[in-house]
Amino acid sequence: MVKLNRDKIRNKKILDVHNLVTRFHTFDGVVNALSGVTFHLNHGETLGVVGESGSGKSVTMMSLLHLLPAPPAKIEGGQAFYYGDEAPVDLLTLNKSGISRIRGDHIGFIFQDALSALNPVMTVGRQIGETLVEHLGMSPSAAMKRSVELLAYVGIPEPKKRAAAYPHQFSGGMRQRAMIALSIACEPNIIIADEPTTALDVTVQAQIIELVQRLKKEMDMSVIWITHDLGVVAGMADRVMVMYAGHVVETAPVDDIFYRPSHPYTIKLLGALPKMGETVHHRLESIDGVPPDLLEKPVHCQYAWRCHMARERCWEDIPKSRQMGDRHRAACFLDVAKEEA
Amino acid sequence: MMDTPSLEKNREPLVKVRNLKKHFPIRKGLVFNRKIGAVKAVDDISFDIHAGETLGVVGESGCGKSTTGRAILRLEKPTAGSVVIDGREITELGREEIRKIRPEMQMIFQDSYASLNPRHSIGNIIAEPMQIHTGHTAEQMRARVMELLDLVGLNPNHYNRFPHEFSGGQRQRINIARALSLNPKFIVCDEPISALDVSIQAQVINLFEDLQKELGLTYMFIAHDLSMVQHISSRVAVMYLGKIVELTTRERLFCEPLHPYTQSLISAIPIPDPILERKRKRILLNDEVPSPANPPKGCVFHTRCPIAEPECSQTPPEVKEIFNGHMVACLKADQRNGSLIPA
Repeated sequence: MVKLNRDKIRNKKILDVHNLVTRFHTFDGVVNALSGVTFHLNHGETLGVVGESGSGKSVTMMSLLHLLPAPPAKIEGGQAFYYGDEAPVDLLTLNKSGISRIRGDHIGFIFQDALSALNPVMTVGRQIGETLVEHLGMSPSAAMKRSVELLAYVGIPEPKKRAAAYPHQFSGGMRQRAMIALSIACEPNIIIADEPTTALDVTVQAQIIELVQRLKKEMDMSVIWITHDLGVVAGMADRVMVMYAGHVVETAPVDDIFYRPSHPYTIKLLGALPKMGETVHHRLESIDGVPPDLLEKPVHCQYAWRCHMARERCWEDIPKSRQMGDRHRAACFLDVAKEEA
Repeated sequence: MMDTPSLEKNREPLVKVRNLKKHFPIRKGLVFNRKIGAVKAVDDISFDIHAGETLGVVGESGCGKSTTGRAILRLEKPTAGSVVIDGREITELGREEIRKIRPEMQMIFQDSYASLNPRHSIGNIIAEPMQIHTGHTAEQMRARVMELLDLVGLNPNHYNRFPHEFSGGQRQRINIARALSLNPKFIVCDEPISALDVSIQAQVINLFEDLQKELGLTYMFIAHDLSMVQHISSRVAVMYLGKIVELTTRERLFCEPLHPYTQSLISAIPIPDPILERKRKRILLNDEVPSPANPPKGCVFHTRCPIAEPECSQTPPEVKEIFNGHMVACLKADQRNGSLIPA
């Protein structure tokens, strides 16, 4: 406990999640979506969250903000402290009105699919205005004026005209900008971006990344950026968290993840990427097999099935996350660096 | 390993595309149904694909890369132009004639689930082309299906399973097995890996490469993921608004891109290397791609081009060969050397 406090002073955590467990109770059985997820977000940093589909990246963030439909989803354990401007609160224990205040005012969410996240029968300007009236108590006319300013701020040309348009009248990139305008309307402390550029073309993706980085700096926010693209993470994250089958397998500063990975999964994931500008053709490293079925309760390392280094021990117990270096943790029994040498 | 095709220049290419156009009419009105315009999905493009090589086609959504693939295989009838595959002009062939040559050319689609009939076992799915095109007996077909399943890395005993029992990567393997069932020479792969996870993408890409080596296949590989295209292709064509703006070997394209669009596209690819990423400068394009129903006059790229001059909005650039086999459609390409990005 003493150690935790010291960390807090040094790094100023803004979000601290311990042992988050989320399960889905479906007709087929219980899906162990998150089996004890622990991570934190420091003030002013960008945390990249990577992993394959089904690894629990989105479920983690949606659990924190009570965005999962319950039932089937049920948060069955853990704590998630948010250190805002006031006393720390455990997000998981908040009631409906409590979390709704956090969602708008303190933590903004950018969804992947802006078309389904925005209301199709309401103009974009009104949607942003509604948030402002609801959360900041602005008058409707002031809110409308402010929403035009916000649209201009995120780089939408002719904001006044666009505020009166409906989401379907926007192109993909512009819609994502409108979505961002909506999520920053109340000047939150944290922005959670859930694959915001996955559906976009690379040139538009570059624009959106640039925009979020600018906003982060200007509005002094912390960012959690969920993606499956390790290239995006390399360019914008300060720290990276790698998830696999409902577990955090590795967290480290961005350089450590790419140059000194400690978990066999991270190593293989990096090997599976084509190298840009390579002159000699080399074969991609692939990870054999597929991610495990989450209907089975994990009893050993979830990656053991596909791991090229798995030992007997890996089949007996779930590895705990341990220190691998400065601010570098991985959940693996092996010392990968030593094993490879 | 992969760069042999450029040496085979004197040989007749397997696929020869000349001035290919595909325009989709925009109609209005119920009674007269007048044509009021056209979406120029593919507008006057020419290129060759040599036997045994992989031609990558990249571009943003809506640039016409999929339509090009579909028009080459006659899944869409081209509006104009010629497509010669293995010495045969296929644009004017009738239904029956085209059906006869279908075995030689196959396509693999992005959505592996939608392209498999959910009510058929995968054995039936893979055997179907053989039922139509060959006189194989049931026994022969079954043997061939098992052989194909083994070839693409699936368990041959899963013959009787249904598509929903497989993961995305495995379903894409089933699609590949079906495409291979008639021993095609040429396969158009339309974003075959973009719906898959990174670790699975690598599996499928390796499979494509192994099959090419083993069976001498020729691929046209359509994708928006430039880093994968760079990995698998021998030559790459970059498309923008229905036109090919640059076409060259992958080494030249990624080391010495000449067209400003290619340069900005390459600068926008995120590289999984933090130190490189921090040093990079991006050429950010303004706006988004204009509508192909109403493309800009002159050079189609001039509205977003960082180095456009007044001339560019007037004269459409010709595709010129700047260097041995390096084709560029830019008025300024030969006056400029190297990158737009200041070092």
